[in-house]
Amino acid sequence: MKKSNDQMMLDRLADAARQGRISRRSFMNYSMAAGMTATTATGLWTKSAAAQPKSGGTFRIGAHDGNTSDTHDPGTYVTFSTIILAHTYRSYLTLIEPDQSLGPDVATEWSATPDATEWTFQLNDRATFHNGNKVTADDVIASMNHHRGDDSTSAAKALLADVTDIVKSGESAVTFKLAAGNADLPWLMTDYHLAICPANDDGTIDWQSGLGCGPYKITSGEFGVGFELERHEDWHLEGAYFDAVSITILNDPNARQTALVTGDVDAVTQLELKTLALLQRDPSINILNVPSGSAITMPMHCDTAPFDDVRVRKAMKLAIDRDEIIEKIAFGTATKANDFHHSPAMPYWPDDIPQHDYDPDQARALLAEAGAEGISVNLSVADSVFSGAVDMCVLYSEQAKAAGIDINVVREPNDGYYSDVWLKKPWCVVQWGARPTPDVMYSLAYKDDAAWNEARWQNERFNELLLQAKAELNDDARAGMYREMAMIAHEDGGTVLPMFPNFVYATKGNVAHNEQLAASWQLDGGRGASRWWFA
Amino acid sequence: MGDILGLVAKRLGLGLLTLLVVSVLIFFAVELLPGDIAEAVLGQAATEETVAALREQMGLDRPAPVRYLEWLAGAVTGDFGVSLISGDRVTEAISGRFVNTLFLAAYAAVIAVPFAIILGIIVALLRNSIFDRVANVLTLTSISSPEFFLGYILILYLAVKTSMFPAIASLSTDMTFAELLHRTFLPALTLVLVVTAHMMRMTRAAIINLLASPYIEMARLKGTPPWKVIVRHALPNAWAPIINVVALNLAYLITGVVLVEVVFVYPGIGQLLVDAVAKRDFPIVQACCLIFAATFILLNLAADVGSILTNPRLRHPK
Repeated sequence: MKKSNDQMMLDRLADAARQGRISRRSFMNYSMAAGMTATTATGLWTKSAAAQPKSGGTFRIGAHDGNTSDTHDPGTYVTFSTIILAHTYRSYLTLIEPDQSLGPDVATEWSATPDATEWTFQLNDRATFHNGNKVTADDVIASMNHHRGDDSTSAAKALLADVTDIVKSGESAVTFKLAAGNADLPWLMTDYHLAICPANDDGTIDWQSGLGCGPYKITSGEFGVGFELERHEDWHLEGAYFDAVSITILNDPNARQTALVTGDVDAVTQLELKTLALLQRDPSINILNVPSGSAITMPMHCDTAPFDDVRVRKAMKLAIDRDEIIEKIAFGTATKANDFHHSPAMPYWPDDIPQHDYDPDQARALLAEAGAEGISVNLSVADSVFSGAVDMCVLYSEQAKAAGIDINVVREPNDGYYSDVWLKKPWCVVQWGARPTPDVMYSLAYKDDAAWNEARWQNERFNELLLQAKAELNDDARAGMYREMAMIAHEDGGTVLPMFPNFVYATKGNVAHNEQLAASWQLDGGRGASRWWFA
Repeated sequence: MGDILGLVAKRLGLGLLTLLVVSVLIFFAVELLPGDIAEAVLGQAATEETVAALREQMGLDRPAPVRYLEWLAGAVTGDFGVSLISGDRVTEAISGRFVNTLFLAAYAAVIAVPFAIILGIIVALLRNSIFDRVANVLTLTSISSPEFFLGYILILYLAVKTSMFPAIASLSTDMTFAELLHRTFLPALTLVLVVTAHMMRMTRAAIINLLASPYIEMARLKGTPPWKVIVRHALPNAWAPIINVVALNLAYLITGVVLVEVVFVYPGIGQLLVDAVAKRDFPIVQACCLIFAATFILLNLAADVGSILTNPRLRHPK
């Protein structure tokens, strides 16, 4: 009797694993609880869960954040729906694999000179545009130059600021020459702006036609409404199991969830966290909750009183109860941050930095030491920063009262928040998208002379390490440097980091995916359309 | 008839003047919004350099009145310019969306106008009965609820719980007309619920007003059945106020549906306008607003002409 029960249990587990409903870890746990040894369970996992992807079907995505003024210009990609679209019809030199490592896309391999100032990318011979033309070195060079030069309006201009020249080395290889060593260049190539487009004869790119070299080609569509795509049969990578893909813009969270519940779409991005518990009750829906590299920051201008005193900054970091914020504002779907902008989903994450916990007494003592007891400060925020942003600040303000800090939450207009408030008000709330490596993040918003040094933070040792680590090709040495930088930012930095929000999205139960999901964007790094399949 | 043509010509002339004033107001209202298109397009990723480069590309470095006059010179010749962001012609960007909006408005109007007027006649006939009370309460409830709320209620009962209709009204080119009607039924029904009360109540009030007149008394005395009294004798004199209300509601069906578009993901002109304002894409904003203004002007004119035609007394003012 016992035996047949066990067998039934195992069959059900194997079934669940095959359909991708449970992860390998849960599978192992349950199997061992059912009395199996680890080896047997592992063997069973490999047999059952290595379900072969099946081809076929039309994968319908409901995506948030689409605007009728979006365009095919990769330099001005800004909305999430265009980012999802970009990863479906265009390709990049490199990509982030589901296990968060760096993998090949249009480039098959890459290598650097020892000082990391020259990088050469070998291009995939099989890569073709949707019109059948081969992807050549000229296309790649033109695609990169679109983001460089004085008259470029690309948002990725800062990313490639160090690139002095890009030249052909043979028919199918491209060499980037840098002003200073950068060990992260291959990672930068995964940035969603740096899509490979066909070159025109004059060295510009043809972005207008929407021609790409990605897994699917656009058959029809309109920005702000939706797109229909069909498989690009000659795509150069493994995957693209669906015959066709459609992306519908569903800006309203309710419309998105309803469409998923009624089966009008197979997957949606960005669930409304407030109703997550209700959606979880629907057995036909898989909710995917993926820790990400995106972050909420609260930069304090370190050159402005009272934040020019490191003790005040530290007090602010100790006066916030992150656990309560994650529980009440993010409904548990966030990863606790520790006042350095480096998420566990990014490479080189140091796991041994002591956690800043809620400690109003110590915060009060620090303020007394700094002669700033009972200070009153303004915290600027707008609803549009992220869902629950204003609520989070109000909660923080309540928590800080225990430390004798009076935080006055200033609600700013949504419109123009990033041009009128961010970088201008001494303390505000910001959401950052995921960046592939700590270097990119730190160079963008923590380097002393960065345009977006949002906390106006100057720390000599930090900046020295940043430059050293950037050109260091030895991974262990780099990890050590990023650990020290994390420690400095944690103690001295001007940014309170409450949490790294997770990506929370959902699919219908019949959509299968690999065991891991890339954390760079929603829907498996934006590549669900080419990585997933119908079970 | 000549006097009506004269009136129409005069009103159209005034309408053009109104449009001109509207265009000035819209242009400077967009100018007054904080930030500009270059900052809006680049968003959080804006740097001084890229913003400056984009401004120059879009010609935003020139003074506002110059830009307005340039736009006006084009608009007078029927050229409404190109979208500052996508570079598409404004007429092309708008036409598809506007057709969608007109379709949805027509769909809702075809149901709502006869429904509201017939219901109005019935409740006037059965005034102060239970039927009258219930009809009034229901229509007033639906007009008093925000339209997105009505939309959600309809989605809950007709899409999620019974799956009779699709929850999202996204269109594709290969749909048959029947599929199209089925797919857009819920947004159309929402609009019907929103506009019915106003028209029905006006029909009811106008008819009841007339029922106290001596000539109705006369009709009754000669033994005409009650429905005939209302349809043959009262209604013809009640048309003027009803037509006015119908025209106002038709204008609303075209200009006021952005919430319904968002809830049902319907690609209409309202969503286009909201997106364009968010991005400060002036040519699109301007064209959308002028369409809305023109809709009101034309429908008001139509209402006046309609009232005059149905009431000979108005044609010969003393």
